Amino acid sequence: MTHVKPESPQTPLTPGTAPSEAPKKHAHPSYIGIWVLLAVLTAVELSVAFLPWHKNVIILILVGLAFWKAALVGLYYMHLRYEPTRLRILAIAPLPLIAVLVCAVITEWIW
Amino acid sequence: MAHAAVAHGIEDVMQPPVERESGAGVYNEKLGMWVFLGSEVMFFTALIGSYLILRFAHPEAWKPPGVVLNIPVTAVNTFLLICSSVTMVKAFAAAQDGFLNHMKYWLLATAIIGASFVGVQGYEYTHLIEKGFIPSEGIYGSTFYTMTGFHGFHVTVGVICMTFVTIKAFLGKYTQTDHRGVEVIGLYWHFVDLVWIILFTIVYLI
Repeated sequence: MTHVKPESPQTPLTPGTAPSEAPKKHAHPSYIGIWVLLAVLTAVELSVAFLPWHKNVIILILVGLAFWKAALVGLYYMHLRYEPTRLRILAIAPLPLIAVLVCAVITEWIW
Repeated sequence: MAHAAVAHGIEDVMQPPVERESGAGVYNEKLGMWVFLGSEVMFFTALIGSYLILRFAHPEAWKPPGVVLNIPVTAVNTFLLICSSVTMVKAFAAAQDGFLNHMKYWLLATAIIGASFVGVQGYEYTHLIEKGFIPSEGIYGSTFYTMTGFHGFHVTVGVICMTFVTIKAFLGKYTQTDHRGVEVIGLYWHFVDLVWIILFTIVYLI
């Protein structure tokens, strides 16, 4: 006689998988506030780009602002801040490539 | 009895040796999108890296910001893309909170603003080409059109997918408990916005 296992209760297929693994519920961050911050940072970028400062200083500030904006989008709009650690690791795994390419560019420039 | 033994044997074989893991702890479509975005990061990193190498090697080929490229038009386009990101995330938040009607209109707004971005980019290209700034103009032109063209292609694909998701939303295919399509297209859309944030700085402002 075959032993039929009782069906496990069907987990609802919701964004977030099984309850034990689902990301913890969190209050929505202020999406409009982040949008305002992104717009302000863009306005600052536009102002800084035409300042009569040393070119390298302007590049450093602009790249810093761009990474700040990118981090805001990634952490809050893509919800990486609230995702499981393993997914966050997956998301940032390709980033070391950037370091490799920056090193390649620097050596190309110097040599 | 023999049948029962065979069935039992098969059942034993079918059992995984260890308890199943759920990988990254998210549903498959979302994991698939993140893996795809990982490959996209590598694609755009290679593109940007090549651009930087060429630019460092031939600094004289590039004009200062605003001389050839139309910064005000592109700034408007950047603002449009930022707006589309907030409408997208509001659509997802509305779906999570069960405000499905709001979700539909946020999605529609995202698709319209995304299409506007593509339209403004077409306007920008037309004017640049009229001024003689064409892809074969030199290394400046070829790298500019390659970078912005690939990004524009991604936005166009995003708008097509967004239209599909919006239609599904208006047909009532998403619920508060199952709105995977909205989240997955949202991840792609925010990624495209994120890439533009970097491109706008590197290609237009530096």
